[in-house]
Amino acid sequence: MNSTNKFYKTFGPIELQLEGGQLLKDTSIAYNTWGKLNAKKSNAILVCHALTGDQFVTGKNPITNRKGWWENIVGPNKILDTNKYFIICTNVLGGCMGTTGPSSVNLDTSNPYGMEFPIFTIKDMVNLQLKLIESLNIDKLFSIIGGSMGGMQVLEWAASYPDRLYSAIPIATSYRHSAQNIAFHEVGRQAIMNDPNWHNGNYYNNKNKPRHGLSVARMIAHITYLSEGAFQKKFGRDMQSKVLSWGFDADFQVESYLRYQGTSFVDRFDANSYLYITRAMDYFDLTNSYKGNLSQAFKKTKCKFLIISFTSDWLFPSSESQYIVKALNQTAADVSYIEIESDKGHDSFLLEVNDFYDILKGFISGAAKKLNI
Amino acid sequence: MTNLINQNLISSLINDHDKVLDIGCGSGELLYFLEKTKNIQGQGIEISHLGVKESVSKGLSVIQGDADEDLINFPDHTFDIVILSDTLQATHKPKEVLEQMLRISKKCIICIPNFGYWKYRLQILFNGVMPVAKTLSEPWYSTPNIHLCTIKDFINLCKSMNISITEAYRNTKDNIKVIKNPNSYLNNLLSTEGIFILTKD
Repeated sequence: MNSTNKFYKTFGPIELQLEGGQLLKDTSIAYNTWGKLNAKKSNAILVCHALTGDQFVTGKNPITNRKGWWENIVGPNKILDTNKYFIICTNVLGGCMGTTGPSSVNLDTSNPYGMEFPIFTIKDMVNLQLKLIESLNIDKLFSIIGGSMGGMQVLEWAASYPDRLYSAIPIATSYRHSAQNIAFHEVGRQAIMNDPNWHNGNYYNNKNKPRHGLSVARMIAHITYLSEGAFQKKFGRDMQSKVLSWGFDADFQVESYLRYQGTSFVDRFDANSYLYITRAMDYFDLTNSYKGNLSQAFKKTKCKFLIISFTSDWLFPSSESQYIVKALNQTAADVSYIEIESDKGHDSFLLEVNDFYDILKGFISGAAKKLNI
Repeated sequence: MTNLINQNLISSLINDHDKVLDIGCGSGELLYFLEKTKNIQGQGIEISHLGVKESVSKGLSVIQGDADEDLINFPDHTFDIVILSDTLQATHKPKEVLEQMLRISKKCIICIPNFGYWKYRLQILFNGVMPVAKTLSEPWYSTPNIHLCTIKDFINLCKSMNISITEAYRNTKDNIKVIKNPNSYLNNLLSTEGIFILTKD
């Protein structure tokens, strides 16, 4: 059931039972791998991507022709050394880079699902990843790592499948989506759903897609990924030209930058996927199945944790990570935690921050030593 | 930071594979040493960013936190040994920290700089200034050490809290001696540090 096309590998189709009760037929998961699985199958690392990420974690992304989103971290002789580890990265359930999602064809109707696609959760994403890991005959992953929504997947793995991982590295994330985070997502979704080209999600066969709505959603989200300091440092009040337009053109560089972020995003992302995946993040609350008690979620978890937050991240502030650390301490788990100094906001986990790299490198090589990898 | 002499003493008090918490572990030297020599299951808490960074980079499990706030999260009897080396004097609530330590572990090892050491006494007596020394290296206005005490003070505190001192050692210049009589005037005068093994009655 594992196949390969020009750009990525695929596992499926399989049936996937969703948390919401529906059975999703013909589900496939797109993924890429780097490096080799060793004989003991003990060197596999699953990298989980964030909301708008994909399986092209390193190397050239064939869709955007840009570098992979974690090019700095994953590769030969890098922190996630592809000479040493077997790196797996999947496109999440509901995504638009090959994994089954709202833009996939519903075999019952022979049309793209659109809004017929069932609502799914972070746990459903993890369950689909689990099926792939099983198909690769890997009993226990050496590590699962991810930032933001990727971190939510890491936490879900650690709570739901504690025997399946040796170490967990949730970065700039939370055990549940906060009210503020839900609020920002709602604004983004409203922008999409109010675009006249959205047509209740049935736009796949139309010439015009809900580009404006998706672009505005991206612009709003992008603001939340940076920090006030990062914006000020990068743009200040710098102008596009020396004279004001005395109108509503992009006079300021920050406006032009945001517009570019918005329009470049719509070429690579599906508006309905954006609706569904943001919803999955909103629905995420790891304490839900444990009577509101987060430490209960980790009771059976024996893995080593490295939790990282960033000082200027106001979307997933350090207090959220510290709450997770407290819950883990309550179960006497093996946990490391650090708040990294960075003025780059939530996006810090995607950017070159030296302390972040040092910590990650030390933790991974230390854990590898203990397992003789 | 724990010096080599203390490191060897602490190591001799720990069994192989013990679950050990080092509060204020600095750059993780002691935990690293104990993991190598005693195969312990180590966990550290450290307040400084640099300390956590260096510890985790060594492959140790260390959280950025502090003794005053974070011990409360651990369940009762989580550890075989809790170590507090040269840290008690920097806590806001030393008494509560001691109570928490004895709650989460059966056995605690505590090293304190002894403010009763004769050289410190002389610095105040003759120079009229707050003592500055190797183990107390910061001047009064920038020192993190807000709750300094003497060996005698510490022993009195333990008594008032019904804490048993099962073993006590004192660090003179380059060697460690067992303290036989805790109330000895000379112990307090001649030691730069006191090392105590505590259990709760």
